[in-house]
Amino acid sequence: MLHIVETYGAMLLRSLGQTILLTLLSLIFAMIVGLIFALMNVGRNRIFNFIGTLYVDAVRGVPLIVLAYFIYFGIPAGIKSMGIQNFRLTALSAGTIALAMNCGAYMAEIIRAGIESVDKGQMEASRSLGLSYGKSMRLVVLPQAIRTMIPSIINQFIITLKDTSILSVIAFPELTNTGKTIAGNTFKVLETWTIVGLMYMIVIITLSKIAKRIERRANRGR
Amino acid sequence: MEDRKIMVHVKDLKKNFGKLEVLKGMSIDIAEGEVVVLLGPSGSGKSTFLRCLNQLEIATDGTIIIDDHDVTDKHTDINVVRENIGMVFQHFNLFPHKTVLENITLAPVELKKMTKEEAKDKGMQLLKRVGMEQKADAYPAQLSGGQKQRVAIARALAMNPDIMLFDEPTSALDPEMVGEVLSVMQELAAEGMTMVVVTHEIGFAREVADRIVFMDGGYIVEQGTPDEVISHPKEERTIDFLNKVL
Repeated sequence: MLHIVETYGAMLLRSLGQTILLTLLSLIFAMIVGLIFALMNVGRNRIFNFIGTLYVDAVRGVPLIVLAYFIYFGIPAGIKSMGIQNFRLTALSAGTIALAMNCGAYMAEIIRAGIESVDKGQMEASRSLGLSYGKSMRLVVLPQAIRTMIPSIINQFIITLKDTSILSVIAFPELTNTGKTIAGNTFKVLETWTIVGLMYMIVIITLSKIAKRIERRANRGR
Repeated sequence: MEDRKIMVHVKDLKKNFGKLEVLKGMSIDIAEGEVVVLLGPSGSGKSTFLRCLNQLEIATDGTIIIDDHDVTDKHTDINVVRENIGMVFQHFNLFPHKTVLENITLAPVELKKMTKEEAKDKGMQLLKRVGMEQKADAYPAQLSGGQKQRVAIARALAMNPDIMLFDEPTSALDPEMVGEVLSVMQELAAEGMTMVVVTHEIGFAREVADRIVFMDGGYIVEQGTPDEVISHPKEERTIDFLNKVL
C-alpha cells in the first residue's frame, strides 16, 4: 500500500483534482439547466411545460454511461458524417456536458418541488402589488424555495461527484480511471481500490459535514 | 353618489373553473370613495369576484374596467393596473423572509415608485398609522395574526392605491384580534378610500359600508344600504342567510 502511495500519490491527487473540477463545472451548468427547466415546468405555458417534462423524462430515461458515449463518440461521429472533419470534443467537455445534462434533470425536479412548496399566496400577494411574474419569482418565491431545496441540492452534489467515476469510460483522467491504470500497472488490485475508495469517502464525508453546517445556518431565524 | 367618478365598472362578469360556473353574469358599478361590502354564503362567488377585479383570477367572460383601464383586455398591462389596486388576503401572505419594513418597501422600490429612503419614510408612516412602528425590524413569524394583517394593510397602502380589496381579512384571526384590524379598515374608509370588502363581520358591514351587496350562487341577489339589506332584507335568500349568521 505504501509503495502505491509513494509512487502514484501525486498522480492520484492530480486525478482527484480532475474529479473535483469536473464535478464543479457540471454542477454550475446543472444549476443553470435545472433552473431553466424547472421554471418551464412551473409556468402556465403549455409548450414550455411540455418541453420541461420532455427534457426531464428523456434524460432520466437514459443511463449516464449511455449519455456519455452518445456525447463523446456519437455526436462527433454524426458531425463528421455531415462533412465537418475537424470537430473535436475533449473528454472534459463531453464529460461536463453529460454530467450537467444528467444532474440538470434531477436539479430541475428539486427546484420545481422547492418552488411548489412555497405557498401560492406568496406569488399572489407579490403580483397584487404590481410586481411582474419574473420579479415575484426572483424576489419572493425563489428565496423561500431555496431553503427547502438545500438538503436535496447537496445530496445531488454528492451523487454527481460519485457519478464522475462513470466518465472513466470516455478516458477522462479522473480518479477511477487513474485507479484502473495503477491497478493494471502494479497488479496490487486490493490496495489500489482501497486507496481510491478512501479518497472518495474522505471528500464526500467532508462535503456532507459542510452541507450540514450550511443547512443549519439556512434554517436559523426561520 | 351619482355624480362621483365610477371607479369600478363590471358588466356581465362570468368565471368558470372547468365546468363549475362560479360567477354567472355579474354587473356592478362602484363609485370613487364608496365602501362596498360583499356578503353571502361560502361558495357564492364573493372571493372569486374580488380576485377577478385584479385578475388574480382571469375572467371567463365579461368586462371589468377599473380606473379607466379595461383589465379584461389582453393588451392592458395588468401589472400597471395592479399598482393602483391594493389587496389584503385572508392569510395575510406577508413575505416571511423579509422584515416588516422590507415587506412594505419591496414593491415601491422595485417598481421605481420611490427611492429606498422615500420608501422607508413612507413605510414608517404607514406602520405608525396601523400602530406597528415598533415592529418595523421584526419578521412576520414574530407577529400575532392581527399584527400581521395590519402590516399587510400597510404593505398594500404603500403603493398609494386608488382602491383596496379585502378578501375576508379577519376570518383567520383569533376573535380578540378582529377589532384591531377592523378599526384600521374603518379609519381607511373614513379617509375616503374606495373599498371592496368580503367579510362575515355583519357589525362592520352595518357600520362602515355605503352599500351591501348580497351574493348567492354566482349572482347578486340584493343590494342597497346596510339599513335596506341587513335590517330590512326583501329577498328570501338574504333573509335566510342573515337568520343564520346573526
